[in-house]
Amino acid sequence: MMNSIYSRYKDEEVTSRLVQEIQAYRGKPLKIMEVCGTHTMCISRYGIRNLLPDTIKLISGPGCPVCVTPSYYVKAAIELARRSDVIIATFGDMLRIPYQDSSLLLEKAKGRDIRIVYTPLDCMELALAHPDKKVIFLSVGFETTIPVIALSVLEAMERGISNYMLLTANKTMPAALHLLSSDEEIGVDGYLYPGHVSAIIGTSLYDEVAERYGIPGVVTGFEPVDLLGAVYRIMGAASGKPQVENLYARVVKPEGNPIAVRKMNQVFKPYDAVWRGIGTIPDSGLRLREEYGAFDAWRLLETSAESLENEPKGCRCGDILKGKCSPQDCKLFGKACTPEKPVGSCMVSSEGTCAAYYKYG
Amino acid sequence: MSDEMITLAHGSGGKLTHRLIEGIFHRYFRNELLLEAGDSAIFSIHEGRMAFTTDSYVVSPLFFKGGDIGKLAVCGTVNDLAVSGAVPKLLSAGFIIEEGFPLRALEAIVQSMAEAAKAAGVSIVTGDTKVVQKGCADGIFINTSGLGIVKEDIQLGLGRVRPGDRILVTGNLGDHGTAIFLEREQFGVQSSIASDCAPLNGLIGEVLDRFGTAVRIMRDPTRGGLATTLNELTKGQPFGIRLDERLLPVRDEVRGVCEMLGMDPLYMANEGKAVLIVEGEQAEAIAACLRSLPYGSDSAIVGEVTETYAGKVHMKTITGGSRIVDMLTGDQLPRIC
Repeated sequence: MMNSIYSRYKDEEVTSRLVQEIQAYRGKPLKIMEVCGTHTMCISRYGIRNLLPDTIKLISGPGCPVCVTPSYYVKAAIELARRSDVIIATFGDMLRIPYQDSSLLLEKAKGRDIRIVYTPLDCMELALAHPDKKVIFLSVGFETTIPVIALSVLEAMERGISNYMLLTANKTMPAALHLLSSDEEIGVDGYLYPGHVSAIIGTSLYDEVAERYGIPGVVTGFEPVDLLGAVYRIMGAASGKPQVENLYARVVKPEGNPIAVRKMNQVFKPYDAVWRGIGTIPDSGLRLREEYGAFDAWRLLETSAESLENEPKGCRCGDILKGKCSPQDCKLFGKACTPEKPVGSCMVSSEGTCAAYYKYG
Repeated sequence: MSDEMITLAHGSGGKLTHRLIEGIFHRYFRNELLLEAGDSAIFSIHEGRMAFTTDSYVVSPLFFKGGDIGKLAVCGTVNDLAVSGAVPKLLSAGFIIEEGFPLRALEAIVQSMAEAAKAAGVSIVTGDTKVVQKGCADGIFINTSGLGIVKEDIQLGLGRVRPGDRILVTGNLGDHGTAIFLEREQFGVQSSIASDCAPLNGLIGEVLDRFGTAVRIMRDPTRGGLATTLNELTKGQPFGIRLDERLLPVRDEVRGVCEMLGMDPLYMANEGKAVLIVEGEQAEAIAACLRSLPYGSDSAIVGEVTETYAGKVHMKTITGGSRIVDMLTGDQLPRIC
């Protein structure tokens, strides 16, 4: 049954008709930005970029939460990992981000207790099994993952688990989207909106963007029909009144998931976060509210001073994340910077723009 | 022998060691060469070429749907010989066992190896057992080495591959990797996906007998999946490979699980499949032959060797677009969001 859902959105006849229509486009040049790391990855995986006519460009925005995590965060995580009373629990992608001559993967090889989890809820059992250690979850991610992270804090509280903590670097989309939309140098003509973030926050933000900046957008999923369909609809929308369309209605409702949003706001509050490659964006990050302060791992560190340390020389992640250039424009791409030896975070994360371009061409 | 465990004493070479060897290994692996029980198995050498291979098995969990570490250890080595064009004959088996390992589990593994060896027509003729302290092995590690005979007319090698040759796989991709991943990580996903662990020497032997030099080269796409194996074949070569995504045979269930978790069947291990590069004109006939044989029923032609993209593997995707199929850097990780 599951496959009949997937196969409908991979249907050969539908995709080839969409490709035909797209290739017949004769309108003005269009710059379409996707702001979701999984979209970047899927577009590359399905080879969609090289099916488009020259007049339609797909550029990648800052949609990968790992990619926009500043290096001071990795420094903090490594510092905590080196403490003998700490177990670091993390999503796999964080492991390979380099910091100076180390990374969590290298620290793990040296014997530090660092474990990959697939959901922060796994940390409950870990904390109970190791009462003498602090289990610190590396809390990175956008609105897709933040509600379940909030749930993990609430569950820990309910079960009286006092050795579970978060090292937060969570970010939210709205402020970033406004920043990108108001930047004329980027000049976005249309957005592919993230499928799963939208499942949480709904679509009203995108209506706001359309009205305020005149930029249309399509909420879409991750299958070929979803992605090609979204490009096709933006092609049509570009000439008329800026609209927002939802092609992922099988998952995304206009009101999103209010329960998830409530949990998120119950546990977290907004602050001005630092985005790697972009800088500080007001109200774009989330940290734990005071009443949940006992779960805040930043309190364990001497300094939580957020700063944008100097990016490695020659690294153009910042411009790439804003869609101002593509990976091939970076002199390090594929030479000094590869998935095996990444310089910038866009190459490390499996959903980073540079990683997707490198892997799939 | 109900709740007995392996202890360090079993590895010390004394009475317990001998009781273990006779009670379990000799009992199940029975054959003349083994039962002569010298430090080495002695046999007459074949005139001509022989093939020799070795592999170690550290899979976790030890028992999984479709097999166990023992079956894997026999089939893996048999298949390495088979895809090299050899007729597998003799295997060795070395065991490193963690103290505290249940004797019952060891017996089950050894019995499984004996059954796999019988099915493949090979004998396990020599072996070794060591026991290590708790924590120094993950239950049990097994090494098998294998000897096979390469018939005179077999000519396999990368040097024989030409643009226009076609790529065949002997069945559905990604079963083993996906099955192991689900069992190990306990995602709470219920599925009937089982490892495809199987000996392929019968299948391959038949194809080589019938089609001879139309087969250029073969591999078994184990760790890293088909994508990794094909990259290993093209690296540094004057030819490339182009796959057609729509032609890749993948079980619906494997596809579904991989989609859900963000994994790619092209990179999932196979333990009962071979990939063959064959002469273009004979590809259909070879595929039909494979489909008529045990372990080959889902065989498919999945791509071709090209002059372009030299040194790389490309794929025509389901949208008609194109992408590179690269080697992985590390392990595949499930999607975050």
